[in-house]
Amino acid sequence: MLQGWVIVLASFVYLGILFAIAWYADRRADSGRSLIANPVVYALSLGVYCTTWTFYGSVGRAAASGIGFLPIYLGPTLLFALAGFVLHKMIKVAKANRITSIADFVASRYGKSQLLGGLVTVIAVVGVIPYIALQLKAVSNSFAILASYPEIIMPAKAGAVPLFQDSALYVAMILAAFTILFGTRHLDATERHEGMVAAIAVESTVKLIAFLAVGVFVVWGMHQGVGDIFAQAAAVPTVARRLATADSPAAYGTWGTLIFLSLFASLLLPRQFQIAVVENVDAKHLSRAVWMFPLYLFLINLFVLPVALAGMMHFPNGTVDADTFVLTLPMAHQQEALTLLVYIGGLSAATGMVIVETIALSTMVCNDLVMPLLLRLPMLGLAARADLSGLLLEIRRWAIAVILCLGYLYFRVAGEAYALVSIGLISFAAVAQFAPVVIGGLFWKGGTRDGALFGLAAGFAVWAYTLLLPSFAKSGWLPDGFIAHGLFGIDLLRPQHLFGLTGLDEITHCLVWSLLANLGGYIGVSLQRVPNVREARQATLFVGGAEAAGLPGWHGSAGVADLLPLAGRFLGAERAQDAFTRHAQQRGLQSLHELPADTRLVNFAETLLAGAIGSASARAMVASVVTEEPLGINEVMNILDEASQVRAYTRELEQKSLELTRATAELREANARLRELDRMKDDFISTVTHELRTPLTSIRAFSEMLHDDPKIDLAQRSRFLGIIVSETVRLSRLINQILDLAKLESGRAEWTVAAVDVAEVIREAAESLTALFAEKHVTLELDASHPGLMVLADRDRLMQVMVNLLSNALKFVPAESGRVKVGAGGTVNEVRVSVADNGPGIQSEDQEVIFDKFRQGAGTTDVLTDKPQGTGLGLPISRQIIEYFNGRLWVESAPGAGARFVFTLPRQAGDNDQNAD
Amino acid sequence: MSHRILIVDDEPNIVISLEYLMKKEGFQVVVATNGDAALEQASAFLPELILLDVMMPKKSGFEVCQALRANPALTGVKIIMLTAKGRETEVTKGLALGADAYITKPFSTKDLVLQIKSMLA
Repeated sequence: MLQGWVIVLASFVYLGILFAIAWYADRRADSGRSLIANPVVYALSLGVYCTTWTFYGSVGRAAASGIGFLPIYLGPTLLFALAGFVLHKMIKVAKANRITSIADFVASRYGKSQLLGGLVTVIAVVGVIPYIALQLKAVSNSFAILASYPEIIMPAKAGAVPLFQDSALYVAMILAAFTILFGTRHLDATERHEGMVAAIAVESTVKLIAFLAVGVFVVWGMHQGVGDIFAQAAAVPTVARRLATADSPAAYGTWGTLIFLSLFASLLLPRQFQIAVVENVDAKHLSRAVWMFPLYLFLINLFVLPVALAGMMHFPNGTVDADTFVLTLPMAHQQEALTLLVYIGGLSAATGMVIVETIALSTMVCNDLVMPLLLRLPMLGLAARADLSGLLLEIRRWAIAVILCLGYLYFRVAGEAYALVSIGLISFAAVAQFAPVVIGGLFWKGGTRDGALFGLAAGFAVWAYTLLLPSFAKSGWLPDGFIAHGLFGIDLLRPQHLFGLTGLDEITHCLVWSLLANLGGYIGVSLQRVPNVREARQATLFVGGAEAAGLPGWHGSAGVADLLPLAGRFLGAERAQDAFTRHAQQRGLQSLHELPADTRLVNFAETLLAGAIGSASARAMVASVVTEEPLGINEVMNILDEASQVRAYTRELEQKSLELTRATAELREANARLRELDRMKDDFISTVTHELRTPLTSIRAFSEMLHDDPKIDLAQRSRFLGIIVSETVRLSRLINQILDLAKLESGRAEWTVAAVDVAEVIREAAESLTALFAEKHVTLELDASHPGLMVLADRDRLMQVMVNLLSNALKFVPAESGRVKVGAGGTVNEVRVSVADNGPGIQSEDQEVIFDKFRQGAGTTDVLTDKPQGTGLGLPISRQIIEYFNGRLWVESAPGAGARFVFTLPRQAGDNDQNAD
Repeated sequence: MSHRILIVDDEPNIVISLEYLMKKEGFQVVVATNGDAALEQASAFLPELILLDVMMPKKSGFEVCQALRANPALTGVKIIMLTAKGRETEVTKGLALGADAYITKPFSTKDLVLQIKSMLA
């Protein structure tokens, strides 16, 4: 009954039914009553992961290595059971950014780089082609085996059959036609294909039922249950070995590799990404899928081991390929209906994979490879064309055809060298190269376009060299010498023992080196520079933006994770942080991280931003985080420029204002100082005026009196004239001293600096006053016996000081009993001179006042009958002189105990030279 | 009858000249060389007119003037302030404190005598 035409007819009927389902689902979707918007369909459609590799290959793998077939299903199980949040985040991000494929995802994440999208596409196409070849091989083999029913004959080697007698070629052509019908009937407004998903869900059901049917037949039809099979197998030594261990201990070591590979493959294979992420209707469906999909994997693997054991026992001499046990066991028992069901199940597994994979790949090839190239060719004038949808469909159809052709080509070239499973693993290793940039892109903001390009290219190159090229070489299409001896005969470059790494199977070996190069390149190059604006924005959308970005409309909500960096870009991170923390406190929350992602938070952030960049820009910026519509990079750049200019300007103004405040304070201080100086000047002038007018008053009064009264007697006249003369002398001295002091104070005094013997100056000064002392009968004692008291000073000025001190003393000591004593001495560093008298002394409050201009000791007038004759300028001048030579002048006194004026000067030393003119 | 004049100044030569001028006019003259002495003499001597220097040690002429005006025993005493400073503010201040006239040093002896005479008339 199972003639060739029956099989062909059954195939076409099955494909026709699928097509009808897809058509119906599309109709339902158009009318808004989606057939696939339910979690069970989503979970079943994920079953596209199970291809002919699973359907036929698992049994083959189990026959070769016992439970070694399992890790391929443990990986996805782990992913869905434990890392559902990664998938959830991917779905949210992809929806928010209207991601159409894995290439689009990576390109968009790293700043919408077309180059990156192209590279991912190339890797995906090259990497997945062996996998497509695997499906062609499986379908054509199953067809060939079935065609010779009831005899069981293994099909001839692919390469040995002439091209046009090769059923795989026709399978490829039919699949291409079917896929084109399926995937490119119309260009969807969205990137989703509801009809296809519905058909895939049905296919998953069909292949599961078919496999379970075989399992049930083998376990309970051929044997008396599972226990019976295992018991019988244990009795056959060659079979029992499979139950105990794998081929070698090292094979178990590869479990980790396989789990790792399959984990990422179930996420990153173009078809997996298409079904799990792009075609996902509602992220909530994931919560059902996280247990339903692992359950599906469990069920489809339930009978793998029993079937494998039964096959090995049934075909003991090894003439039947273990990959075909699923089909050949029912055949051997003439179960025609079951055999046909198995064939249809296998066809389901193959078509499901090929349809989704090639649609996904053709979308990538079209969107990320061909269109960018075409749009860059100006002679085509495409950029100006309004409607490109027809062209897009054409490109996708051709891409589907070309991809399937390449798959067939690989099958002809390399297909026979490997078992089904090994071919699949080559593809898994290729798509594993996406893991760093995708996972890193979701959780690390530092990744850059250059890093992603570098990592992907490096990983892909290593994969091609260590895995793809050897697969060609083993098939004889390349000289296999380079496998054994390395490229150019360099031992270290042996593709399967790169850099001398041995002891690993070829997949693990490839994975170690390719991911090392990939991760190293991605992280290393990314760290070379900080992400630019475009990359940083996308990074925020992908890493922190998942929660917010999925919400509809810009008046939706966004989380702190989005809004805080956004605000931080304009306000500075610290200020933004503070503002958010305050907002959180106002809402009674402990920290800003507790802020719920709601409208209130968005409005708050918008208001916050509006303060810095204006309300229109703030709205646009917040919208760029909350809505799905991405903000054009030029707009972002403009806004950033504007804002930073405004901020710089504001900072400048603040700076200026600060400087002004400082300058104002300085000016106010200077003004106050000027006022003080002005007041001091006024006081000085007023005092000088007073001091000048006082003698003038006497002079005028006595002159007028003499002039008006010629009859004044001679004695009186002589006395008056004497007064006039002495007042004139006083006036002259006063004027001289005022000028002298003005010179000293203004620094215009002229100094003749030389080494001066202090003792000599004292002696000379005393000599010049000898007459005056004698006149008043005052005793002058000189203790100037110390020779060599040398100082650097102006001799005349020093003399002026000595005379002033001595005449002051003379002025205040009583006549007859007065005593003035001059002392001189010194230390290593200074010379000290004192002039002590036995006069009335100076009250302590006056001891500093007397050095002020025009101030004389107040107490002195009470004691003396006459007001002391003096200008009140002698001591201020003396102090100026002494201080000019770095000395000090002061007085020690107590009322009634005399006064002792002391001055010190530095002993002659080099450092006085600098004061000399 | 001879008028009683109190001269208050700390400059000996000025005191000599004023004393000479007043005595020549036939006035009774008492001299004080500082503020405190001036107040004492004023209470004891009860002068009709006081020539009061402003710039003196311890108590300035302004303070003395204020104290004199506060003394009920001295109501009607004429006060002429003498100053070597002569700034507008000081003149105003002196007059405000109750001085009857304000004369700037150096002064004309004739004018001073005429002023005193007119004030005592």
